[in-house]
Amino acid sequence: MELQEQKYQMVQIDLGNLMAYDRHHHFPSVPSERGELVKECLQKGTELVQAIADVLFNLPSTEDRDGPIVQLPPPTTRLPREKHLPKPKPPTKWELFAQKKGIKKRKKDKIVYDEQTGTWKRRYGYDRVNDDKDVPIIETKMTDEPGEDPFAKRKEEKKKRVEKQEKNRLQNLKQAVKVGALPSHVQLAATALPITGTQSAPKKVTKDELGNVAGMAATSTASGGKFDKKLPGEKPAKHPGKYRKFLPVVEGTGMGSQEKQQTDKVLSKLLSKHSHEILDVNKAVTMFNVKKEKKRKNQQGKFSSTSSKLKPKKAAHKKSSKKGFSKKGSSKGQTK
Amino acid sequence: MLKISTPKTAKSKRVLEKRAPKLVENGKKTLILQGTKTSNILNSVLTEIYHLKRDSAVRFTRKNENIRPFESGGETSLEFFSLKTDCSLFVFGSHSKKRPNNIVIGRTYDHHIYDLVEVGVENFKTMDSFSYEKKIAPHVGSKPFFAFIGEGFESIEELKHLKEVLLDLFRGEVVENLNLAGVDRVFVCTAVSSNRVFFTHCALRLKRSGTIVPRMELVEVGPSMDLVIRRHRLPNDSLRKEAMKTSAEKPKKKEKNVSRDAVQGKIGKIYIPDQKVGGMALSNKVKGLKRERRESKLKNSAGDHRSKKQKSDSN
Repeated sequence: MELQEQKYQMVQIDLGNLMAYDRHHHFPSVPSERGELVKECLQKGTELVQAIADVLFNLPSTEDRDGPIVQLPPPTTRLPREKHLPKPKPPTKWELFAQKKGIKKRKKDKIVYDEQTGTWKRRYGYDRVNDDKDVPIIETKMTDEPGEDPFAKRKEEKKKRVEKQEKNRLQNLKQAVKVGALPSHVQLAATALPITGTQSAPKKVTKDELGNVAGMAATSTASGGKFDKKLPGEKPAKHPGKYRKFLPVVEGTGMGSQEKQQTDKVLSKLLSKHSHEILDVNKAVTMFNVKKEKKRKNQQGKFSSTSSKLKPKKAAHKKSSKKGFSKKGSSKGQTK
Repeated sequence: MLKISTPKTAKSKRVLEKRAPKLVENGKKTLILQGTKTSNILNSVLTEIYHLKRDSAVRFTRKNENIRPFESGGETSLEFFSLKTDCSLFVFGSHSKKRPNNIVIGRTYDHHIYDLVEVGVENFKTMDSFSYEKKIAPHVGSKPFFAFIGEGFESIEELKHLKEVLLDLFRGEVVENLNLAGVDRVFVCTAVSSNRVFFTHCALRLKRSGTIVPRMELVEVGPSMDLVIRRHRLPNDSLRKEAMKTSAEKPKKKEKNVSRDAVQGKIGKIYIPDQKVGGMALSNKVKGLKRERRESKLKNSAGDHRSKKQKSDSN
């Protein structure tokens, strides 16, 4: 006994971890030679392991086919846990209510007699009692409205009940999350954030819309989106951002004078703006006929000395007059 | 808007329940990974540790640039990996000029860093460099013995911490019943000086001695290295207290097949499997044979369950 106590004082044994610790050993001088060090360590190690084995093999053992099995005591060195202790889940709203009222749980049978069909059916699940499918006839009551479908009404009521139950379940789980005791297999995920006030369903954004929005975002940068890093596969912006077209300084061959066309366009726009929109057909017809006669006259006679310079203006004028006529323009047609 | 999502398959549900916090926890798993630069020695050290802990370790082979355990922002990756692989211990190796062959051993609590120990590895010898008989090679997953030598493990703060961490790392699962035939390895740690620990892994050879207790013999098999303590970080007190909390109550085990009745008291149910009368083996008592043959047959077939063909003896 004394020897054992002496040994114990020298060596601390933690049987649960199969660990031995010799606290009184110290190296008076560290052996410089590595082999020596290793040998000494192994020697001391052997002593320690022998000490553990002494205690271990003397434990009561049960014989098994692989070998003797001993029951280890729980480890004495305390090591930290890897996860927190599980918290008990808070009672649900129904449980609180039941506790208050003193309602006890009753064991329910799985198979119940169904009055409707006269057979034994499950209480819930596939082939169950009181199923909505099995009801052939619903008798009307005095309180029923003429246009209502009682079968549809039953379905809707059931749906409402199910929704209410789901809502309650969510509330209970939220309470559990507050305490930190959510059951391990349940996860609460956030769906799309609602807009305050409305309950709009999240709209699915189309590809074109996304493209437009991306383009708008790009052009709203300081450099107009020109130097943004493009992702691989991203198409270039649809509106390149150039909104002014300047005419070439030197005109090439081929097409007519671009400058002339440009000025024409501007002029016509201006004039059309200042004229009124409503077209007086009769007046237009009159003017057309007048023009025709004049042309005939000109063709018969010599070329008019009046410069062609005027003509374009006239044409512009005519155009405008064709486009717009004042309301004052007489409605009475003057046809020739 | 919150949505309740539950696992769709039974397998995923089992996985989630396995990873949930429990009263009695599963064995700790280890994550072994490395930083931006590693050396040959470091690679082999990490591989050997992985081999020692084969079933309960996860090895990452890519280099991770943004993990710096001792800096405040550099732990997020580690915590994320710990969450995803469900590992509460990690061994992070890196090599730099200032800290050559550096290993950081850390533990997590609730997937947040609990404590860290940084050691440098010197004089590393791999498992291959030791030659020994194949018979005594320790099996994977056997419960190891631990031998800590030196008063430094008690007096010096860092060594105390290292002792706890090494114990946690190599312990394996906490078991109640141990098969004495299966003890075959021991980890020997010696505090050589105030900052150096000699760590080695040996196989145990049980020699016959006069008493029940066999004589132990240590044969060096596994990796042996010198651990030089560099830095360490202890957990703060409140976290430590929380992590060390144990619940006094034992999980109530429901007694199966036992019910109580008001009239009859305690009733138990016994389930007997169906007896396949047609396929049962006939007894070995053969009435037809002569006495000697009968007796010899009885002697031979004690413990032998082979159904022998009956010889029709015309003698």
